Amino acid sequence: MSARTARLRQLAVPYALELPAGAWVGLFFLVPLLAILSVSLMTGNSIDGYALTWNFHIYPDVIDQYSTQFARSFYYGLASTAIALVVMYPVAYWIAFYGGRHKSTLLLVILLPFFVSFVIRILTWQFILADQGIILGSLKDIGLLPSDFHVLSTPGAVIAGLTYDALPFMALPIYVALDNIDRSHIEAAADLYASRREQFLRVVLPLSAPGVYAGILLVAITNIGDYVSAAILGGPSTTMIGNIIQTQYVQNANYPTASALALILMAALLLGMYVYARAFGTRTIQEYV
Amino acid sequence: MEADDAFAAGAPRGPGEPRQGFDLDPARLRGMTQSRLSRRDFVRAGATAAAVAGLGSVLSACGIAGTRDTGAPASFDWSSWWSKQQKHGVLDWANWPLYIDTSHGRHPSLERFTKQTGIHVNYRPVIQENASFFAQISPVLQARQGIGYDLIVISDGWELTQMIANRWLIPLDHSRIPNFRRHAGPIAVHPSFDPRNRYTVTWQAGITGIGYDPRMTGREITSVKDLWDPAFKGKVGMMSDDTELGSVGMLALGIDPVSSTPADWKRAAALLTKQRDEGLVRQYYDQSYIKALEDGDTWISQAWSGDIFQANYSGFKHLKFVIPKEGGMLWHDNCMIPLHAQNPVDALEWVNFYYQPPIQAMIEDWVNYLCPVPAAKGLIANKLNDPSVADSQLVFPSPSTNRRLRDYYDFRGIDDHDEWTSIFQPVYQS
Repeated sequence: MSARTARLRQLAVPYALELPAGAWVGLFFLVPLLAILSVSLMTGNSIDGYALTWNFHIYPDVIDQYSTQFARSFYYGLASTAIALVVMYPVAYWIAFYGGRHKSTLLLVILLPFFVSFVIRILTWQFILADQGIILGSLKDIGLLPSDFHVLSTPGAVIAGLTYDALPFMALPIYVALDNIDRSHIEAAADLYASRREQFLRVVLPLSAPGVYAGILLVAITNIGDYVSAAILGGPSTTMIGNIIQTQYVQNANYPTASALALILMAALLLGMYVYARAFGTRTIQEYV
Repeated sequence: MEADDAFAAGAPRGPGEPRQGFDLDPARLRGMTQSRLSRRDFVRAGATAAAVAGLGSVLSACGIAGTRDTGAPASFDWSSWWSKQQKHGVLDWANWPLYIDTSHGRHPSLERFTKQTGIHVNYRPVIQENASFFAQISPVLQARQGIGYDLIVISDGWELTQMIANRWLIPLDHSRIPNFRRHAGPIAVHPSFDPRNRYTVTWQAGITGIGYDPRMTGREITSVKDLWDPAFKGKVGMMSDDTELGSVGMLALGIDPVSSTPADWKRAAALLTKQRDEGLVRQYYDQSYIKALEDGDTWISQAWSGDIFQANYSGFKHLKFVIPKEGGMLWHDNCMIPLHAQNPVDALEWVNFYYQPPIQAMIEDWVNYLCPVPAAKGLIANKLNDPSVADSQLVFPSPSTNRRLRDYYDFRGIDDHDEWTSIFQPVYQS
């Protein structure tokens, strides 16, 4: 027994370790995905039932019908991602380089809002930004804003809501990347007469790219599919594709349309990710050496 | 007969046993329907997606069953079924939030009911919306199982139409609710959506009209057409509900919704689209329209009568409600017993208890919607000493007010309903 079983066992270990993750993906991703795919090709209604009729026409049909909402979702999602990046990079930079022994506390501060439910936080913004609320109302009373000025129900409000929710997701990976930078690289750059600006642009920024890359992915993918922000902060023409999917599924019980929309969104995101990875795929330190 | 057994039988559930998982709070439901996490998972497994698509052929045998013929058989003998039912001393009841008298977290009317009848009520204010509640219970009923409630409250509309058409409701045994025949007012008796109250009795009714802030509008509101007044540009609140939105569009055109045709629906949708595209509409709201009105985000809004009444009592005295001259929509929230309910006798005992004028007065004085029992008016005025409720046209409407109330269009089938939604949904989801 001994030698052979021991070797077999050794061979089996990696597979055994992979098993939970594999089962997770298989059971909770592949099976539902196949189900959604088949549902999207069905026709019928909630009373008579839906039968699989391989109705591929639904794809061009829903793209045609909801192209505005698709385009808007990508616009809002990407705009909020860009803003979150611009806002959070300096924050992450500061914590990583100047946080000292308070780093963990500062990170906790960034994460603190997450201890309150997402919906509650967005609802609170609705309260704060109300037309006659504590901010706009006061500014209007002292004449700093015209009386018909409003923030809610505008695309800006939706993008702001999405950005707000994304900030920690953007900050954390960037922080990790920055914190991992070997400080001797920066010292070496300084020794070689690189200015502060050059040290940042040619050493720190490239080395933090993996964090930026991860942050953008995390934020863009969640935000493009979001619907809470649009539902609570948006106006008559800020419907995102997530809102449409929700209405079609819950309210209309129109499962094929909802499924087709979800799959198109997913396909578009995958395609976008692929292009993004090819164009900006991250480089590691080795590639710079 | 097998089909009969399948729904009539089923082991009764005692008071201590767990219900079938329907205590979903809305936040949890949102969490479940929202695909944030799963989308991140999607990314992780992105590489496999293409391969998966090829497996489609495996799925050819699939389908989703419809709800047709999952209810009680049409020929079922309900009177002999009722004669065999017994009181169990427990009632599981799903209602809407803030829809019963409440004092320090307790419900005096329910406590009095328990004291008088010995029936313990598990009161669950879990229904936030007809569509989402229906989406929760319909798969269970479709599987011919009980939803864990003996009494539920659903508004007249497409969901109720389906409950009745699928025969998912137990016809009421009116011999057990004599107080309904004795005390129910014209608003509650014989509604268009449920002739002879075969399946439902009114819990509360209400009016959809216009709520407004006279300080901001600068004038009194009298007409549905005021929702199209350019002076209120960007300050008009409309409802994100197909039926409410479509109905108000038709009232503005002078069409009575109950007898409208698809051609009328299209004209109404065109009018509503124009209102949106001209920038008049601030937002299409669910129940949150009342907050927008209170916050000053809107000056004039489609509104439900009871909400404005309650807002007046919670610090927003200036808000007003009007039944426009073109008419207000009359809606009913209805008590009904879902199929497979375990305690139907206890449910009817509560309904009978509820339809006594003193109990009505107790609840009405707190809820402030349209009261189904006219005799409660005198009790509220004299015994409870609350003339503002007793004299309100929105709680006890006079005959002349009654004449201005309109019924909703009753959908004739799913094609009819789908046509309506496909016409009005694009108005508020653009």
